Amino acid sequence: MFFDHLVLGATGEFLNIGDILATLVIFTLLMVLLKKFAWGPLMGVMQQREDLIKSEIETAENSRLESQKLLEEQRSLLKDARTQAQEIVENAKKQGEVSREEIITTARAESGRMKEAAVQEIANERDKAISAVREEVVALSLLAATKVLGKEISEEDNRQLINETIAKAGEVQ
Amino acid sequence: MEHGAPMLEVFGIWFNLSNVMMLTIAALIVFLIAYISTRKLQLKPTGMQNFMEWIMDFVKGIINSNMDWKDGGRFHVLGITLIMFIFVSNMLGLPFAIVVNGDLWWKSPTADPTVTMTLAAMVLILSHYYGIKLKGLKGYAGGYIKPMKFLFPLNIIEEFANTLTLGLRLYGNIYAGEILLTLLAGLASAGAFGFASAIVPMMAWQGFSIFIGAIQAFIFVMLTMVYMSHKVADDH
Repeated sequence: MFFDHLVLGATGEFLNIGDILATLVIFTLLMVLLKKFAWGPLMGVMQQREDLIKSEIETAENSRLESQKLLEEQRSLLKDARTQAQEIVENAKKQGEVSREEIITTARAESGRMKEAAVQEIANERDKAISAVREEVVALSLLAATKVLGKEISEEDNRQLINETIAKAGEVQ
Repeated sequence: MEHGAPMLEVFGIWFNLSNVMMLTIAALIVFLIAYISTRKLQLKPTGMQNFMEWIMDFVKGIINSNMDWKDGGRFHVLGITLIMFIFVSNMLGLPFAIVVNGDLWWKSPTADPTVTMTLAAMVLILSHYYGIKLKGLKGYAGGYIKPMKFLFPLNIIEEFANTLTLGLRLYGNIYAGEILLTLLAGLASAGAFGFASAIVPMMAWQGFSIFIGAIQAFIFVMLTMVYMSHKVADDH
Protein backbone atom coordinates (compact mmCIF):
# COMPACT_ATOMS: atom_id res chain seq x y z
CA MET A 1 0.00 0.00 0.00
CA PHE A 2 0.94 3.58 -0.57
CA PHE A 3 1.12 4.56 3.12
CA ASP A 4 2.68 1.36 4.34
CA HIS A 5 6.01 2.89 5.23
CA LEU A 6 4.23 5.46 7.44
CA VAL A 7 2.23 3.01 9.50
CA LEU A 8 3.95 2.14 12.74
CA GLY A 9 3.30 -1.33 13.99
CA ALA A 10 1.24 -2.25 10.97
CA THR A 11 0.56 -5.90 11.14
CA GLY A 12 -0.11 -6.81 7.57
CA GLU A 13 -1.31 -5.93 4.14
CA PHE A 14 -4.93 -5.80 5.24
CA LEU A 15 -7.26 -3.56 7.16
CA ASN A 16 -8.36 -4.92 10.53
CA ILE A 17 -12.09 -4.75 9.95
CA GLY A 18 -12.49 -7.00 12.98
CA ASP A 19 -10.74 -4.51 15.25
CA ILE A 20 -12.93 -1.72 13.99
CA LEU A 21 -16.04 -3.74 14.65
CA ALA A 22 -14.77 -4.85 18.04
CA THR A 23 -13.96 -1.27 19.06
CA LEU A 24 -17.37 0.00 17.97
CA VAL A 25 -19.29 -2.82 19.58
CA ILE A 26 -17.37 -2.78 22.83
CA PHE A 27 -17.52 0.98 23.17
CA THR A 28 -21.21 1.20 22.31
CA LEU A 29 -22.02 -1.64 24.66
CA LEU A 30 -20.01 -0.01 27.44
CA MET A 31 -21.77 3.29 26.88
CA VAL A 32 -25.24 1.73 26.93
CA LEU A 33 -24.51 -0.36 30.02
CA LEU A 34 -22.96 2.56 31.86
CA LYS A 35 -25.90 4.78 31.01
CA LYS A 36 -28.27 2.17 32.37
CA PHE A 37 -26.34 1.15 35.47
CA ALA A 38 -24.12 4.06 36.44
CA TRP A 39 -24.62 7.41 34.71
CA GLY A 40 -28.39 7.26 34.71
CA PRO A 41 -28.81 6.74 38.46
CA LEU A 42 -25.96 9.14 39.21
CA MET A 43 -27.47 11.84 37.02
CA GLY A 44 -30.81 11.19 38.70
CA VAL A 45 -29.29 11.71 42.12
CA MET A 46 -27.49 14.84 41.00
CA GLN A 47 -30.71 16.19 39.52
CA GLN A 48 -32.51 15.30 42.72
CA ARG A 49 -29.90 17.14 44.74
CA GLU A 50 -30.17 20.13 42.43
CA ASP A 51 -33.95 20.18 42.92
CA LEU A 52 -33.54 19.78 46.66
CA ILE A 53 -31.10 22.67 46.85
CA LYS A 54 -33.36 24.78 44.70
CA SER A 55 -36.36 24.10 46.91
CA GLU A 56 -34.27 24.63 50.04
CA ILE A 57 -33.14 28.00 48.75
CA GLU A 58 -36.72 28.88 47.96
CA THR A 59 -37.86 27.82 51.43
CA ALA A 60 -35.08 29.80 53.04
CA GLU A 61 -35.99 32.83 51.00
CA ASN A 62 -39.64 32.45 51.96
CA SER A 63 -38.93 32.07 55.64
CA ARG A 64 -36.58 35.03 55.47
CA LEU A 65 -39.35 37.14 53.96
CA GLU A 66 -41.79 35.87 56.54
CA SER A 67 -39.49 36.62 59.44
CA GLN A 68 -38.88 40.05 57.94
CA LYS A 69 -42.62 40.59 57.88
CA LEU A 70 -43.01 39.34 61.43
CA LEU A 71 -40.19 41.57 62.59
CA GLU A 72 -41.82 44.53 60.92
CA GLU A 73 -45.10 43.64 62.57
CA GLN A 74 -43.51 43.23 65.98
CA ARG A 75 -41.71 46.49 65.57
CA SER A 76 -44.89 48.38 64.76
CA LEU A 77 -46.66 46.63 67.64
CA LEU A 78 -43.87 47.64 69.98
CA LYS A 79 -44.08 51.18 68.73
CA ASP A 80 -47.83 51.21 69.29
CA ALA A 81 -47.41 49.82 72.77
CA ARG A 82 -44.81 52.43 73.55
CA THR A 83 -47.04 55.24 72.31
CA GLN A 84 -49.90 53.83 74.30
CA ALA A 85 -47.83 53.61 77.45
CA GLN A 86 -46.71 57.18 76.95
CA GLU A 87 -50.32 58.24 76.58
CA ILE A 88 -51.36 56.39 79.69
CA VAL A 89 -48.57 57.96 81.70
CA GLU A 90 -49.46 61.33 80.31
CA ASN A 91 -53.11 60.83 81.17
CA ALA A 92 -52.29 59.66 84.65
CA LYS A 93 -50.12 62.70 85.18
CA LYS A 94 -52.88 64.98 84.01
CA GLN A 95 -55.38 63.15 86.16
CA GLY A 96 -53.11 63.46 89.14
CA GLU A 97 -52.68 67.14 88.54
CA VAL A 98 -56.42 67.62 88.35
CA SER A 99 -57.15 65.63 91.48
CA ARG A 100 -54.41 67.45 93.34
CA GLU A 101 -55.96 70.77 92.44
CA GLU A 102 -59.33 69.45 93.50
CA ILE A 103 -58.08 68.14 96.79
CA ILE A 104 -56.28 71.37 97.54
CA THR A 105 -59.34 73.42 96.69
CA THR A 106 -61.57 71.19 98.77
CA ALA A 107 -59.18 71.31 101.67
CA ARG A 108 -58.92 75.03 101.42
CA ALA A 109 -62.67 75.43 101.36
CA GLU A 110 -63.02 73.03 104.25
CA SER A 111 -60.45 74.81 106.32
CA GLY A 112 -62.07 78.15 105.55
CA ARG A 113 -65.38 76.78 106.58
CA MET A 114 -63.97 75.32 109.75
CA LYS A 115 -62.25 78.58 110.59
CA GLU A 116 -65.44 80.47 110.09
CA ALA A 117 -67.30 78.00 112.25
CA ALA A 118 -64.69 78.31 114.94
CA VAL A 119 -64.83 82.11 114.81
CA GLN A 120 -68.59 81.92 115.07
CA GLU A 121 -68.34 79.56 117.96
CA ILE A 122 -65.81 81.76 119.69
CA ALA A 123 -68.08 84.77 119.25
CA ASN A 124 -71.01 82.82 120.57
CA GLU A 125 -69.06 81.59 123.53
CA ARG A 126 -67.83 85.08 124.23
CA ASP A 127 -71.33 86.50 124.12
CA LYS A 128 -72.51 83.71 126.34
CA ALA A 129 -69.67 84.26 128.73
CA ILE A 130 -70.26 87.99 128.80
CA SER A 131 -73.93 87.59 129.51
CA ALA A 132 -73.14 85.01 132.15
CA VAL A 133 -70.65 87.34 133.75
CA ARG A 134 -73.15 90.13 133.52
CA GLU A 135 -75.74 88.06 135.29
CA GLU A 136 -73.26 87.02 137.88
CA VAL A 137 -72.30 90.64 138.46
CA VAL A 138 -75.93 91.60 138.78
CA ALA A 139 -76.49 88.87 141.27
CA LEU A 140 -73.40 89.79 143.19
CA SER A 141 -74.28 93.47 143.10
CA LEU A 142 -77.76 92.66 144.21
CA LEU A 143 -76.42 90.61 147.00
CA ALA A 144 -74.02 93.28 147.95
CA ALA A 145 -76.67 95.98 147.73
CA THR A 146 -79.03 93.89 149.76
CA LYS A 147 -76.40 93.43 152.29
CA VAL A 148 -75.66 97.11 152.28
CA LEU A 149 -79.20 98.21 152.45
CA GLY A 150 -80.08 95.53 154.80
CA LYS A 151 -83.39 95.27 153.25
CA GLU A 152 -84.68 93.73 150.35
CA ILE A 153 -86.29 95.69 147.75
CA SER A 154 -88.23 94.11 145.02
CA GLU A 155 -85.93 92.07 143.13
CA GLU A 156 -87.41 93.21 139.89
CA ASP A 157 -86.77 96.83 140.59
CA ASN A 158 -83.36 96.10 141.72
CA ARG A 159 -82.43 94.17 138.75
CA GLN A 160 -83.63 96.85 136.45
CA LEU A 161 -81.77 99.46 138.33
CA ILE A 162 -78.59 97.55 138.37
CA ASN A 163 -78.77 96.67 134.76
CA GLU A 164 -79.11 100.25 133.88
CA THR A 165 -76.17 101.11 135.99
CA ILE A 166 -74.05 98.46 134.42
CA ALA A 167 -75.07 99.51 130.94
CA LYS A 168 -74.08 103.03 131.79
CA ALA A 169 -70.88 101.89 133.25
CA GLY A 170 -70.26 99.87 130.08
CA GLU A 171 -70.85 102.91 127.95
CA VAL A 172 -68.59 105.01 130.08
CA GLN A 173 -65.96 102.44 129.90
CA MET B 1 11.52 -4.85 19.69
CA GLU B 2 9.24 -5.60 16.78
CA HIS B 3 6.45 -7.79 18.03
CA GLY B 4 3.86 -9.54 16.00
CA ALA B 5 0.17 -9.49 16.66
CA PRO B 6 -2.10 -12.42 17.39
CA MET B 7 -4.27 -12.32 14.28
CA LEU B 8 -7.36 -14.43 13.75
CA GLU B 9 -9.58 -14.69 10.71
CA VAL B 10 -13.29 -15.23 11.22
CA PHE B 11 -15.50 -15.33 8.14
CA GLY B 12 -12.86 -13.43 6.17
CA ILE B 13 -12.65 -10.67 8.76
CA TRP B 14 -9.33 -10.23 10.51
CA PHE B 15 -9.27 -9.72 14.27
CA ASN B 16 -6.28 -8.60 16.28
CA LEU B 17 -7.04 -10.68 19.36
CA SER B 18 -4.78 -8.51 21.50
CA ASN B 19 -6.88 -5.45 20.65
CA VAL B 20 -10.11 -7.28 21.29
CA MET B 21 -8.88 -8.56 24.63
CA MET B 22 -7.49 -5.23 25.79
CA LEU B 23 -10.61 -3.33 24.69
CA THR B 24 -12.72 -5.79 26.65
CA ILE B 25 -10.50 -5.46 29.71
CA ALA B 26 -10.59 -1.67 29.53
CA ALA B 27 -14.35 -1.68 29.14
CA LEU B 28 -14.69 -4.09 32.07
CA ILE B 29 -12.50 -1.96 34.32
CA VAL B 30 -14.40 1.20 33.44
CA PHE B 31 -17.71 -0.52 33.97
CA LEU B 32 -16.67 -1.97 37.33
CA ILE B 33 -15.33 1.36 38.58
CA ALA B 34 -18.49 3.16 37.53
CA TYR B 35 -20.82 0.41 38.69
CA ILE B 36 -19.27 -0.06 42.12
CA SER B 37 -19.00 3.62 42.82
CA THR B 38 -22.64 4.26 42.03
CA ARG B 39 -24.13 1.50 44.15
CA LYS B 40 -25.10 3.42 47.26
CA LEU B 41 -26.15 6.73 45.80
CA GLN B 42 -26.83 9.42 48.35
CA LEU B 43 -27.85 13.02 48.25
CA LYS B 44 -24.85 13.74 50.44
CA PRO B 45 -22.15 12.02 48.38
CA THR B 46 -19.28 10.15 49.96
CA GLY B 47 -16.17 8.41 48.71
CA MET B 48 -16.29 7.16 45.15
CA GLN B 49 -19.58 8.89 44.42
CA ASN B 50 -17.78 12.18 44.90
CA PHE B 51 -15.17 11.12 42.39
CA MET B 52 -17.78 10.06 39.82
CA GLU B 53 -19.66 13.30 40.29
CA TRP B 54 -16.43 15.20 39.85
CA ILE B 55 -15.89 13.43 36.51
CA MET B 56 -19.44 14.22 35.45
CA ASP B 57 -19.04 17.86 36.36
CA PHE B 58 -15.68 17.96 34.64
CA VAL B 59 -17.15 16.67 31.36
CA LYS B 60 -20.12 18.97 31.83
CA GLY B 61 -17.65 21.83 32.08
CA ILE B 62 -15.98 20.75 28.84
CA ILE B 63 -19.33 20.66 27.05
CA ASN B 64 -20.46 23.96 28.52
CA SER B 65 -17.29 25.66 27.36
CA ASN B 66 -18.20 24.71 23.77
CA MET B 67 -21.98 24.94 23.47
CA ASP B 68 -25.30 25.47 25.16
CA TRP B 69 -26.33 22.82 27.64
CA LYS B 70 -29.62 22.33 25.77
CA ASP B 71 -27.63 21.33 22.69
CA GLY B 72 -24.75 19.64 24.47
CA GLY B 73 -26.58 17.79 27.23
CA ARG B 74 -27.14 14.85 24.91
CA PHE B 75 -23.36 14.32 24.59
CA HIS B 76 -22.82 14.10 28.34
CA VAL B 77 -22.95 10.31 28.52
CA LEU B 78 -20.76 9.98 25.42
CA GLY B 79 -18.23 12.39 26.92
CA ILE B 80 -18.01 10.66 30.32
CA THR B 81 -17.71 7.21 28.74
CA LEU B 82 -15.07 8.42 26.28
CA ILE B 83 -12.91 10.12 28.86
CA MET B 84 -12.96 7.16 31.26
CA PHE B 85 -12.52 4.56 28.56
CA ILE B 86 -9.60 6.35 26.93
CA PHE B 87 -7.94 7.15 30.24
CA VAL B 88 -8.16 3.56 31.44
CA SER B 89 -6.97 2.30 28.03
CA ASN B 90 -3.99 4.64 28.18
CA MET B 91 -3.10 3.42 31.64
CA LEU B 92 -3.32 -0.29 30.79
CA GLY B 93 -0.07 -0.39 28.82
CA LEU B 94 1.99 1.38 31.49
CA PRO B 95 2.76 -1.23 34.14
CA PHE B 96 3.91 -3.97 31.76
CA ALA B 97 3.64 -5.50 28.33
CA ILE B 98 3.08 -9.18 27.77
CA VAL B 99 4.57 -10.92 24.78
CA VAL B 100 3.64 -14.52 24.11
CA ASN B 101 5.44 -16.40 21.31
CA GLY B 102 6.54 -13.15 19.73
CA ASP B 103 2.99 -11.81 19.74
CA LEU B 104 2.26 -8.68 21.78
CA TRP B 105 -0.80 -9.42 23.91
CA TRP B 106 -0.88 -6.88 26.74
CA LYS B 107 -0.66 -3.25 25.67
CA SER B 108 -2.80 -0.14 25.62
CA PRO B 109 -5.65 -0.64 23.15
CA THR B 110 -5.17 3.02 22.27
CA ALA B 111 -1.63 2.24 21.12
CA ASP B 112 -3.20 0.80 17.98
CA PRO B 113 -4.15 3.18 15.14
CA THR B 114 -7.13 1.07 14.13
CA VAL B 115 -8.75 1.52 17.54
CA THR B 116 -8.08 5.24 17.85
CA MET B 117 -9.10 5.94 14.27
CA THR B 118 -12.31 4.01 14.85
CA LEU B 119 -13.11 6.11 17.91
CA ALA B 120 -12.25 9.30 16.02
CA ALA B 121 -14.32 8.33 12.99
CA MET B 122 -17.20 7.36 15.25
CA VAL B 123 -17.09 10.80 16.91
CA LEU B 124 -16.95 12.63 13.58
CA ILE B 125 -19.74 10.56 12.05
CA LEU B 126 -21.84 11.20 15.15
CA SER B 127 -21.18 14.92 14.76
CA HIS B 128 -22.45 14.77 11.17
CA TYR B 129 -25.47 12.80 12.29
CA TYR B 130 -26.39 15.28 15.01
CA GLY B 131 -25.64 18.18 12.68
CA ILE B 132 -28.26 16.93 10.24
CA LYS B 133 -30.66 15.95 13.01
CA LEU B 134 -30.57 19.27 14.83
CA LYS B 135 -30.13 21.79 12.03
CA GLY B 136 -31.77 20.02 9.13
CA LEU B 137 -30.15 18.99 5.88
CA LYS B 138 -30.13 22.56 4.63
CA GLY B 139 -28.52 24.00 7.73
CA TYR B 140 -26.00 21.16 7.77
CA ALA B 141 -25.05 21.68 4.11
CA GLY B 142 -24.90 25.43 4.67
CA GLY B 143 -22.17 24.82 7.23
CA TYR B 144 -19.78 23.92 4.42
CA ILE B 145 -19.85 27.34 2.78
CA LYS B 146 -19.24 29.28 5.95
CA PRO B 147 -17.92 31.81 6.47
CA MET B 148 -17.38 32.22 2.69
CA LYS B 149 -18.23 30.22 -0.41
CA PHE B 150 -14.71 29.73 -1.66
CA LEU B 151 -13.79 28.00 1.60
CA PHE B 152 -15.87 24.99 0.59
CA PRO B 153 -12.89 22.80 -0.38
CA LEU B 154 -11.08 23.71 2.80
CA ASN B 155 -14.13 22.75 4.86
CA ILE B 156 -14.23 19.38 3.14
CA ILE B 157 -10.55 18.82 3.80
CA GLU B 158 -11.06 19.94 7.41
CA GLU B 159 -13.52 17.12 8.04
CA PHE B 160 -10.98 14.49 7.00
CA ALA B 161 -8.13 16.29 8.72
CA ASN B 162 -10.13 16.44 11.94
CA THR B 163 -10.77 12.72 11.86
CA LEU B 164 -7.18 11.91 11.07
CA THR B 165 -5.63 14.22 13.67
CA LEU B 166 -8.10 13.24 16.39
CA GLY B 167 -7.28 9.55 15.99
CA LEU B 168 -3.57 9.79 15.25
CA ARG B 169 -2.81 12.26 18.05
CA LEU B 170 -4.05 9.79 20.64
CA TYR B 171 -2.39 6.84 18.93
CA GLY B 172 0.94 8.63 18.50
CA ASN B 173 1.19 9.78 22.10
CA ILE B 174 0.35 6.43 23.61
CA TYR B 175 2.32 4.35 21.11
CA ALA B 176 5.42 6.49 21.56
CA GLY B 177 5.11 6.12 25.30
CA GLU B 178 4.94 2.38 25.03
CA ILE B 179 7.88 2.19 22.61
CA LEU B 180 10.05 4.08 25.04
CA LEU B 181 8.86 1.96 27.96
CA THR B 182 9.68 -1.18 25.96
CA LEU B 183 13.15 0.14 25.23
CA LEU B 184 13.73 1.00 28.88
CA ALA B 185 12.44 -2.41 29.94
CA GLY B 186 14.88 -4.01 27.49
CA LEU B 187 17.70 -1.99 29.00
CA ALA B 188 16.64 -2.91 32.52
CA SER B 189 16.64 -6.62 31.74
CA ALA B 190 20.06 -6.47 30.09
CA GLY B 191 22.03 -6.76 33.36
CA ALA B 192 22.69 -5.20 36.75
CA PHE B 193 24.23 -2.07 35.29
CA GLY B 194 21.42 -1.73 32.80
CA PHE B 195 18.84 -2.12 35.54
CA ALA B 196 20.48 0.52 37.68
CA SER B 197 20.67 2.99 34.83
CA ALA B 198 17.14 2.27 33.59
CA ILE B 199 15.17 2.45 36.81
CA VAL B 200 15.21 6.24 37.21
CA PRO B 201 14.23 7.11 33.60
CA MET B 202 11.71 4.27 33.74
CA MET B 203 9.94 5.79 36.75
CA ALA B 204 10.14 9.26 35.28
CA TRP B 205 8.71 8.13 31.95
CA GLN B 206 5.93 6.13 33.59
CA GLY B 207 4.95 9.17 35.62
CA PHE B 208 5.05 11.28 32.51
CA SER B 209 3.00 8.68 30.64
CA ILE B 210 0.31 8.83 33.30
CA PHE B 211 0.23 12.57 32.76
CA ILE B 212 0.17 12.14 28.97
CA GLY B 213 -2.57 9.54 29.22
CA ALA B 214 -4.76 11.84 31.30
CA ILE B 215 -4.09 14.83 29.08
CA GLN B 216 -4.81 12.86 25.90
CA ALA B 217 -8.10 11.58 27.30
CA PHE B 218 -9.04 15.15 28.17
CA ILE B 219 -7.97 16.45 24.74
CA PHE B 220 -9.88 13.74 22.93
CA VAL B 221 -13.10 14.59 24.74
CA MET B 222 -12.47 18.32 24.44
CA LEU B 223 -11.98 18.06 20.66
CA THR B 224 -14.99 15.76 20.39
CA MET B 225 -17.11 18.47 21.92
CA VAL B 226 -15.47 21.16 19.76
CA TYR B 227 -16.31 19.23 16.59
CA MET B 228 -19.81 18.51 17.85
CA SER B 229 -20.40 22.18 18.56
CA HIS B 230 -19.18 23.08 15.06
CA LYS B 231 -21.98 21.01 13.66
CA VAL B 232 -24.65 21.50 16.28
CA ALA B 233 -24.41 24.99 17.74
CA ASP B 234 -25.84 28.04 15.99
CA ASP B 235 -22.95 30.39 16.64
CA HIS B 236 -19.39 29.66 15.51
